[in-house]
Amino acid sequence: MTDNVQFRFRDDNPSSDPVAEFSQCAQSNATAVRIEPGDDALELLPCLDRLTLVEVNFPVFGDGRGYSSARSLREAGFTGELRAVGDVAVDQLFNMRRCGFDAFAPDVTMDEGDANTAFSRWEEVYQAAADDRQMIANLRHE
Amino acid sequence: MYKYDNYDQQMVDTRVAEFRDQAQRRLEGKLSEDQFKPLRLMNGLYLQLHAYMLRVAIPYGTLNGTQMHALADIADKYDRGYGHFTTRQNIQYNWIKLEEAGDLLADLAKVEMHAIQTSGNCIRNISSDHFAGAARDELVDPRPYAELLRQWSSFHPEFMYLPRKFKIAVIAAETDRAAMKLHDIGIQIVKSDAGDIGASFYVGGGMGRTPMIAPCIREFVPLDQLVTYAEACLRVYNRHGRRDNKYKARIKILVHEMGAEEYTRQVEAEFAHMLDQGVEPPLAEIERLRPFFADPAFVDGPKTLDRSDPDFALWVDRNTNAHKHDSYVSAVISLKPVGGIPGDATAEQMHLMADLAREYSFDELRVMHTQNIVLPHVAISDLHALWTKLEAAGLGSPNLDTIEDIIACPGLDYCSLANARSIPLAQKISERFAASGKTKELGQLKLKISGCINACGHHHAGHIGILGVDKKGTENYQLSLGGSEAEDTALAKITGRGFDEDGVINAVETVTDVYLSAREGEERFLDTYRRIGMAPFKEALYD
Repeated sequence: MTDNVQFRFRDDNPSSDPVAEFSQCAQSNATAVRIEPGDDALELLPCLDRLTLVEVNFPVFGDGRGYSSARSLREAGFTGELRAVGDVAVDQLFNMRRCGFDAFAPDVTMDEGDANTAFSRWEEVYQAAADDRQMIANLRHE
Repeated sequence: MYKYDNYDQQMVDTRVAEFRDQAQRRLEGKLSEDQFKPLRLMNGLYLQLHAYMLRVAIPYGTLNGTQMHALADIADKYDRGYGHFTTRQNIQYNWIKLEEAGDLLADLAKVEMHAIQTSGNCIRNISSDHFAGAARDELVDPRPYAELLRQWSSFHPEFMYLPRKFKIAVIAAETDRAAMKLHDIGIQIVKSDAGDIGASFYVGGGMGRTPMIAPCIREFVPLDQLVTYAEACLRVYNRHGRRDNKYKARIKILVHEMGAEEYTRQVEAEFAHMLDQGVEPPLAEIERLRPFFADPAFVDGPKTLDRSDPDFALWVDRNTNAHKHDSYVSAVISLKPVGGIPGDATAEQMHLMADLAREYSFDELRVMHTQNIVLPHVAISDLHALWTKLEAAGLGSPNLDTIEDIIACPGLDYCSLANARSIPLAQKISERFAASGKTKELGQLKLKISGCINACGHHHAGHIGILGVDKKGTENYQLSLGGSEAEDTALAKITGRGFDEDGVINAVETVTDVYLSAREGEERFLDTYRRIGMAPFKEALYD
């Protein structure tokens, strides 16, 4: 699976373990799992300690449930790789990164230049999210 | 009024650059139309029947003279010399070329305006009370809270691909002038028994094909948890809102199907968790925002006026609203001339309104959700001069809240979703009632017309509502009665079988006749309807 990863913002080595389906994760010792938009990411919380990779699938980019899944996992303390897979394109990268995704395995390879522009598009942000950026409202009152 | 700082300016400038880049990639074929469509929609750009339409955000309906002048210039430069003020307190242009849209957005950014999230399945422009900061009956000015939410909702990383569009209104008076309970989230700023300011949250209201009145899910959210509570409401919706059927995707369906109690339980659990996540802006931010909306330098002056000119007196009675300073009123400029297109204004009229705002209203204007313009702070001593200038420009129609003050969506004349025309119907109805002189006799009567079931013309909330439908290829109109968007929120009920265009105009006349013959005392149409019920109206219409 790691072959498809086009962007990865981590220093550790990618997991080469098999990726379990969401429904099998609880009954196995899997270290990698893939969740679909309708899966409740909060059900992974008991297994977070052993997980090193969570793949969040986006069958269509317009289905934004994966953004909330990602944030919930990060807020629960998950520090492993959070990989966005599927219908992921340039214009979703910045927000995905902010929601905690640190690897991207798109169905269609992106133009590197366009993607790099997108990752660094916004110098400042209005909201707190899963990254360590300060929201503008905080910067104003430093 | 709010003024951008460097951060805000940088955000809109970046957005312009991003949009130009997206449009370029579309032209180069790197983006398919399917990929580009949601991106352009989040910049307010729709493909309509004849051309692109661009919708510009007017946050909580407030703008200054410079901005109104800029909107006029855009109408001249990029459109055909006019614009259309909408029921979301925005303005839209109907004849935009895709290749010029980037330049248009850049022109907007120069006057601290934008088209961010005026469409798409994301949080839309925040609406509010058009008399905010001026009304005698408000607790506080709701706009600092609306601005706080505007910034929070702009480019929200988690909520750009919601199940469906999401509309938020903020009010701070018992009188509801923003249809608050007919929003995805309606927020009323309230004071607790202990004297603290906070917010009541109403979630799951809406119009559209399944109209619902929002239940209150939390009576009091402390001020320093407002954004966190909104974020919790959105996250539960993003996670569980239906995505299998576009027509069941709004939050009202989720709250209805899940039950308000269960929805609230989940929001409260998420909220409790989020309180530690640092999503709330510092309280100092609200303190920073408040002074932008401080009172202008009001001066004491005459509190009464010369009513000897009956035309002027009528306009004052109909088109002004009590102000918190007793030497001032809020004056409404009607965009509903008899036989005109509701909400349309020419570039020339926009320039004039901007000039009048500078001269008479501390450089401030508001857009009403009823598609009129407000000059919020006019000295009573200036009213006659103002009215004289409005009259000369054809902007002095004394018809606020009368049957001529019709809300109408663009309908089949422009909109690709419409089943029937709305505008010609509005024109003919206002002409009919103006000609017969019956407008005055009828008093307050809110008539609202939608050209399709999406209900952009708010027909569910009309004292009289008209819905255009397609009946075997011909336009047909359903009549409904008894709706209200105010604090006594109610959904209108359909009278029975529909009518053709002439038929529905006659039907409106018929129901007003029933009202006039049954009216007791000072009853409005709505009061009489509530007292006597649907039966007498049905009988007159169909027997």
